Amino acid sequence: MSVLEAYETMSYGPAPESAQDAIAWLDRRDRKFGLYVGGEWVKPHSKETFDSFDPSTTETLAAITQADQNDVDRAVKAARAALPTWRDLGGHGRARFLYAIARQVQKQSRRLAVLETMDNGKPIRETRDIDVPLVARHFYHHAGWAQLMERELPGYGPVGVCGQVIPWNFPLLMLAWKLSPALAMGNTVVLKPAEFTSITAMAMAEIFDQVGLPAGVVNIITGDGRTGEALVHHDDVDKVAFTGSTEVGKLIRSATAGSGKKLSLELGGKSPFLVFDDADLDSAVEGVVDAIWFNQGQVCCAGSRLLVHEGVHDTMVEKLSARMETLRVGPPRDKAVDLGAIVAPVQLERISELVEQGKAEGATCWQPSWAVPKEGWFYPPTLFTGVSSSSTVVREEIFGPVLVTMTFRTPKEAVQLANDTRYGLAASVWTENVNLALDIAPQLQSGVVWINCTNLLDAAAGFGGYRESGYGREGGREGLWEYVQPEDGPFGKKTAKTADQEAGAEIPSGFEPPKKPSAGSGPRAIDRTAKMYVGGKQARPDGGNSYPVVDPEGHLVGEAGLGNRKDIRNAVEAARKAGGWPRTTAHLRAQILYYIGENLEARSAEFATRIRSLTGTTKKLADAEVAKSVDRLFLWAAWADKHDGAVHGTPFRNVTLAMNEPWGILGIACPQAPALLPFVSLVAPAIALGNRVVAIPSTRSPLAATDLYQVFDTSDVPPGVVNLVTGHREALSEVLAGHDAVDAMWYFGTGAGSAMVEKESVGNLKATWVNYGRAVTDWSGDWAEGDELLRRATRVKNIWVPYGE
Amino acid sequence: MTFDLGWLRNIQVNRSAVERRTATLATRRSVKKRWQAGWLLRAITLIDLTTLAGDDTSGRVRRLCAKARRPVRPDLLEALGVAELGLTTAAVCVYHRFVRTAVEALDGTQIPVAAVSTGFPAGLSPFDLKLAEIERSVRDGASEIDVVVTRDLALTGDWQALFDEVKAYREACGEAHLKVILATGELQTLRNVYRASMVSMMAGADFVKTSTGKEPVNATLPVGLTMVRSIREYFEWTGFRVGFKPAGGISTAKDALTWLVLMREELGVEWCIPELFRFGASSLLADIERQLEHHITGRYSAYHRHALG
Repeated sequence: MSVLEAYETMSYGPAPESAQDAIAWLDRRDRKFGLYVGGEWVKPHSKETFDSFDPSTTETLAAITQADQNDVDRAVKAARAALPTWRDLGGHGRARFLYAIARQVQKQSRRLAVLETMDNGKPIRETRDIDVPLVARHFYHHAGWAQLMERELPGYGPVGVCGQVIPWNFPLLMLAWKLSPALAMGNTVVLKPAEFTSITAMAMAEIFDQVGLPAGVVNIITGDGRTGEALVHHDDVDKVAFTGSTEVGKLIRSATAGSGKKLSLELGGKSPFLVFDDADLDSAVEGVVDAIWFNQGQVCCAGSRLLVHEGVHDTMVEKLSARMETLRVGPPRDKAVDLGAIVAPVQLERISELVEQGKAEGATCWQPSWAVPKEGWFYPPTLFTGVSSSSTVVREEIFGPVLVTMTFRTPKEAVQLANDTRYGLAASVWTENVNLALDIAPQLQSGVVWINCTNLLDAAAGFGGYRESGYGREGGREGLWEYVQPEDGPFGKKTAKTADQEAGAEIPSGFEPPKKPSAGSGPRAIDRTAKMYVGGKQARPDGGNSYPVVDPEGHLVGEAGLGNRKDIRNAVEAARKAGGWPRTTAHLRAQILYYIGENLEARSAEFATRIRSLTGTTKKLADAEVAKSVDRLFLWAAWADKHDGAVHGTPFRNVTLAMNEPWGILGIACPQAPALLPFVSLVAPAIALGNRVVAIPSTRSPLAATDLYQVFDTSDVPPGVVNLVTGHREALSEVLAGHDAVDAMWYFGTGAGSAMVEKESVGNLKATWVNYGRAVTDWSGDWAEGDELLRRATRVKNIWVPYGE
Repeated sequence: MTFDLGWLRNIQVNRSAVERRTATLATRRSVKKRWQAGWLLRAITLIDLTTLAGDDTSGRVRRLCAKARRPVRPDLLEALGVAELGLTTAAVCVYHRFVRTAVEALDGTQIPVAAVSTGFPAGLSPFDLKLAEIERSVRDGASEIDVVVTRDLALTGDWQALFDEVKAYREACGEAHLKVILATGELQTLRNVYRASMVSMMAGADFVKTSTGKEPVNATLPVGLTMVRSIREYFEWTGFRVGFKPAGGISTAKDALTWLVLMREELGVEWCIPELFRFGASSLLADIERQLEHHITGRYSAYHRHALG
């Protein structure tokens, strides 16, 4: 094209970022990569390799090693060996390394950006302006956390060896998200990049080498799902962190169930993008561009469901389709390209198939008038209108540049539609009305809410999901907890990851008539049968059976309802109906907990007697247990309005609010003993922070807990906030852990029961807290009175609110 | 078009979102090599070559007009293969006192003379004198009138009065083109900018213009994007294409490219013509000339190698 033609047409010419330096680097490495283990490039045991492609040209970039079990073993061993030195280096020592890594990333930023674009297919504009700067930002930010660890997280140490598996959509950024908190907190790591995009991890390994990171602190092994599987299964891995599909996340949850490995999952999404009729529509259109056409829509938090107020829907769609025309899809190294290539043919096929299905189901499909390049794996930006909430394209995560749009009439309906999904990663809300925005944000089931913005990411703010989008946070103070453990937790110092100290919960099969009650004087007492407690009412067991509760000598103390799966179902339903509880004021919840404490104290002699009859303990100990239970109720009443959130210091003109929100419905399975204190110690924090509880008391000694429902009744506890189902703890826990409307589950029981709960939790990926069969050393200990319980009872939602008129 | 207050009240502008868009406008697009040269030549044809200083004289204005006629060294145009285009700037923009001088100096060309008017830059002269000033400039040969709005009316939300004012200016202009300067640096909020822009268009503006060049903050991209969006909305509602003129602080070729990207992306190439887009600028041309020479020779150029404007 001549200058004259350019003058006349004002067309955009090619503006490619040079690949020269990146290619020279690949050539220097002979376009073949081994594994980075124990601080050196090692010759892999595996002979298998595979190719990594440039998705925009389909050219082969380099050969990558398919690490096998031996290679994984070697890497984990190296990480284990490096752990003591790295941990003992101290916060400042580790901060120096993280800082040096951040500096190197900046100094090599352009090459990293170009390599990332070549390997992944995303536009250079994004790798240059977003991915790589954020990588540096994460290492800087966490250099700071390393420096502050001793001061800000006293009593906590690293988890140990971390196995981290990351996805292909943000290869460098996910590496930084995973590595930086892990290293800051003193862990060592074996990291596996995604098989489509391993190259920039190799470049990072070179940086670790350049800064002299101690050998074995970070080990990078490559390969497909088999390598990842070997890593997450490895016995000597203490913590698994995974970002990727919900499908694989569930497999990992299943595979690690009962192993005692700490787990964080950052999974898929189908995030809503809500546009109210008072939004700045032109800006909302640009928001959509950033939501679904960022990284070709291959973003877990992509705003892929556009929900628009009915009154402005048509205008919005007109503006959007006009905007789609001006998007540019093309070679991603071109500096004037908005969308690059799709990472691999398999992904391109999936996108195409889902779009075809959308059309087949009768939706209207909009695509720009221009065509995408024929060479390379490209897909045009796509918009579906005329879909319904049951359409495949509305329900399935497409992970491509495909947007669906639906309408709502009222804020209430907007929230309903937004939450009508299995996922809960992010949401974007567009309105100029601050009342509306701050009303909607807490109602959305998602870990991140962006008000009048979208896809803003920063190291100082937590990122992570609700529901089947996973659990755990990355970034901010809340992200650190994934990589630390208390040095003196519930199970004492230096305990094994798993054990079998907690008693099982067998109920004698076949009704053996128990020994007679101990001979006493006077007439026979009136038969008093404990019932279940569901929806604020005493409920008979659905199965119509009770079981004998006996003291340690085998004397009958009383009987308790033998709960079954339907009792659990009823209890969860009652909890669901108590949806007002999290919205009551924290002050009111505190008042109710104080009141429970007051009423328990009034009946303390009766409860002490009950404890003694159940467990045969001394009067002194029984009195102490009741007194401690009253103390705990006061403690959690005190905490109810003090578990404050935070305002994160993110580098934008905005407030990023980190709000602690309750899980919702929380299942609690109690240990066999003591009879009262564990029940109170677990239920009180749960309800203080706004959860509704379905609790399974001790199977052996349920009567202290069931006696409490009269206390609840007299203490203004709203119906459904606390529900009790007695019976076989393991059988009931299995139903509760498998119930998809239960949001989280705490289980204090056997090793086998812990594994079962974690396995059953995969249905809706409820967060679990289990004891792996270890007995709690001291239920009256400090561990049960502070941050551990506060964190377990809540999750963090980050709400980004930009401001400025 | 009549005044529609309801429409005005519905206007929403989210500053943070607007700023995010403008922050990435220039990073999402890149114009290099021949394309850049072509775009810069286009930019020259869009410049209102301006002098609005207290020490302006006839001699100064004549020199400016000469530059408007021959904005680029002929050998450079030859080398770029565009000598036949007969490039000139879009207009020359002066105070009323020099309208006649400029008209004479531009005799024989198609280059219009624009006059700033209505008590420029503060716009606080008596209303009848403002109208008289427009009429005098038109009589002297100005075919474009750059008026300033009374900020008081916008800041206090008296949109009806602003509408009436601009409408009176419109009538005073007769056949001359009316460019309405919003003085966006003094309107402060983007909502005010959008509303003032919309009111001006309703009242008959041919162009809306950002600034006088005399405010502390002049043409910024967020203000530009806001006005461009208002122009698009007005077009969608009425079918009328209104022009846009950012002015003040646009002094480098790189700035000009960014503004052209904004126009091309938001309103399309069809809006990047002198009838619909102008740069109000005095030193921009000199930088463009240097960049054009660099494009041809591969060496960085110096100001003194190009005729002073």
